[in-house]
Amino acid sequence: MLMSGSEILLDALEKEGVEVMFGFPGGAILPVYDAIYDSKIRHILVRHEQGAAHAADGYARSTGKVGVCIATSGPGATNLVTGIATAYMDSIPMVAITGQVGTDLLGNDSFQEADIFGITIPITKYNYLVKKVEDLPGIIKEAFYIARTGRPGPVLIDIPKNVQVAKIEYDGYPKEISISSYNPTIKGNPRQIKLAAEAISKAERPVIYAGGGVIISGAADELKQFAEKIEAPVTMTLMGLGGFPGTHILSMGMLGMHGTHAANHAVTESDLLIAIGARFDDRVTGKLSAFAPNAKVIHIDIDPAEIGKRKKADIPIVGDIKQVLQSLIKEIKTKSHSDWAKRIENWKAKHPLTYKNEKGKLKPQFVIEKIYEVTKGDAIITTEVGQNQMWAAQYYKFDKPRKFLTSGGLGTMGYGFPAAIGAQAANPGKVVFDIAGDGSIQMNIQELGTAVCSKLPVKIAILNNFNLGMVRQWQELFFNKRYSNTCLSGNPDFVALAKAYGAHGILVKKQEEVIPAIKEAMKINDRPTIIDFRVEPEENVFPMVPAGAAITDMIQLA
Amino acid sequence: MRHTISLLVRNKPGVLSHIAGLFSARGYNIDSLTVGETDDNTVSRMTIVTIGDDRIVEQVSKQLNKLIDVIKVVDLTDQPFVDRELVLIKVQAEGEKRSQIIEITDIFRAKIVDVSPKTITVEITGDDSKIQAIIELLSPFGIKEIARTGKVAIARGREAGKNKGGATC
Ligand SMILES: Cc1cc2nc3c(=O)[nH]c(=O)nc-3n(C[C@H](O)[C@H](O)[C@H](O)COP(=O)(O)OP(=O)(O)OC[C@H]3O[C@@H](n4cnc5c(N)ncnc54)[C@H](O)[C@@H]3O)c2cc1C
Ligand SMILES: Cc1ncc(C[n+]2csc(CCOP(=O)(O)OP(=O)(O)O)c2C)c(N)n1
Repeated sequence: MLMSGSEILLDALEKEGVEVMFGFPGGAILPVYDAIYDSKIRHILVRHEQGAAHAADGYARSTGKVGVCIATSGPGATNLVTGIATAYMDSIPMVAITGQVGTDLLGNDSFQEADIFGITIPITKYNYLVKKVEDLPGIIKEAFYIARTGRPGPVLIDIPKNVQVAKIEYDGYPKEISISSYNPTIKGNPRQIKLAAEAISKAERPVIYAGGGVIISGAADELKQFAEKIEAPVTMTLMGLGGFPGTHILSMGMLGMHGTHAANHAVTESDLLIAIGARFDDRVTGKLSAFAPNAKVIHIDIDPAEIGKRKKADIPIVGDIKQVLQSLIKEIKTKSHSDWAKRIENWKAKHPLTYKNEKGKLKPQFVIEKIYEVTKGDAIITTEVGQNQMWAAQYYKFDKPRKFLTSGGLGTMGYGFPAAIGAQAANPGKVVFDIAGDGSIQMNIQELGTAVCSKLPVKIAILNNFNLGMVRQWQELFFNKRYSNTCLSGNPDFVALAKAYGAHGILVKKQEEVIPAIKEAMKINDRPTIIDFRVEPEENVFPMVPAGAAITDMIQLA
Repeated sequence: MRHTISLLVRNKPGVLSHIAGLFSARGYNIDSLTVGETDDNTVSRMTIVTIGDDRIVEQVSKQLNKLIDVIKVVDLTDQPFVDRELVLIKVQAEGEKRSQIIEITDIFRAKIVDVSPKTITVEITGDDSKIQAIIELLSPFGIKEIARTGKVAIARGREAGKNKGGATC
């Protein structure tokens, strides 16, 4: 059939199973938008392209499918950049489609021309500039394949306007694809798995350090089986939360800068560290030489470049976690470590996560605990960045994967709300909460328009401390309380703002108002709700490991 | 330490940007980079000379391997290999110095490719030590300009090395 590039694109997206995409039109992408007019795929019109990229990301994280965002050339494309970089750092499958000036105008500083191919090289897994419409079907097929396989990541396809318009005889979307130079290793090497099993059988103080890879691989069940079979305590990175049940007896919660006492001490004293889909980030390890100093390291990762990148692995296993754990579970014998388990129980009992819940004060941690209770731990939680993010990680217990969506690697303020929109669009019946700071929410507040217009009942819990809280905390602790530019005295009336957009708004100042407000928000299912929680302005996140210190050097609640 | 890395890459637009971008983004050094088609015109060979300790060079190889367009990465430094560079050297050459320069050129089996009233341009192909040596000998005459291709390299005998995607661990 004779079809234009735009029609081919839409056909390809349908064949890839795309149900929703997020975007914003403009001159260089108009032919594609014309084809969208006739398409079955739902298009959600955002208010800023950054919102489109984060929404596609939230869609992807909450479902495991590839998220799709779309923008015009020049400023539209550059507005996607932060969202693409966010997805790249957290290994999120995404396809970003941008319009480009016609091929005859390329390189002439034409109107709304930006070299988005060049700009996104360091923040995409791969990217394309489509020069001929004949190449388009194969490129789209490759893009989706690359985005979701191996270590996932964003892929950008830049399509010049004349390629969108040009017609060719289209004989259907390609069924098969093979890229000779791209073959991720899936199955772990049996020799390495044997070695790992031997090390596990000899270990007396094993610790499982589970990361975002567990969730990406869909290996939560395998991880649980594995941990239970060898009775090893499990700690998760920020990205790994939900990869192992947070309420499980073997769970020690998060490790690292704002990790638990038990997790950080157990890692430090372990004799075998089993890293599963985790990349030894500096927020996790603190001072690297003091991180698990006496442990043998088993490192399971699909990306060979992660192995030995930061810490030497004694037993590396390259492969997909699900498959590797399945083989490993067969290879190991049931074990128990009662002394080690007792010590960990002791740490957990003596040093739980805690805050001072003073009468008459509204503590942000209390708000999260109540959201956890009212939603029965079953909501999809997105976060912004800063204290709000850390408290969400500490006080909401995630028992299932794909329930906690947060920008870990890039730490992008403004991520949470559009990501919640994407997650809500993907999960219509589910409760989606964005745990926000008053600073971050203002980075993409314009997406209220999107959520209202698309009838997405996202709930935004602003932990409003009238501060850039996390930065203020660093200034308090490490810069002599010199509060340079962290006070947000110009905050709007968020309830009035919600109303101005046609959303619902609730103001909460007292403890006893918290639960009713959350329940009220949960009842609203046709538009977004903002709850403006006026929390203690100078509350800090504890424990905290100062940057570069050993992870047992924790500052605790005074 | 200096490492010579040989890459086979898909001959696609943008592949050079991806590779150069990787080096700048991760702060790796490039001493030289050469690229040209192989016998298969869909595949190019790149030779990259980089400096770093073993840990860094291992990361360089792994990160290169990760690029979608990279088919194969071999660190030639671990095995016997041949490397060559072509250099054009324009030397000041007047009066009786001309014959001395011609003599040096002969000894090195280099070629004279251009002569002007005041200069001689010498073409030399060789490995590092040979090129270093001729440059040293020509320097006293006054070198006006040098153009170097960067190194190309190939493993000796049957090619060995790890294939992409193959279990490295
Ligand atoms: C303000 C702030 C504070 C933070 N504080 C902390 C903190 O206290 N503690 C903390 O943990 N983090 C913290 N972070 C997050 C931190 O910056 C990193 O993002 C996080 O630690 C990385 O998690 P990860 O190691 O699980 O890696 P991820 O980025 O989730 O990477 C996943 C890994 O799994 C691998 N992988 C992917 N798919 C598969 C598969 N199928 N099979 C096998 N392997 C696979 C990938 O190759 C990669 O190596 C903080 C972030 C911010 C913004
Ligand atoms: C886009 C962006 N700019 C700056 C920062 C640096 N930063 C990290 S946390 C933070 C403060 C966030 O304040 P707020 O959203 O109010 O959250 P709180 O810490 O008070 O919960 C800032 C400015 C960032 N992470 N992202």
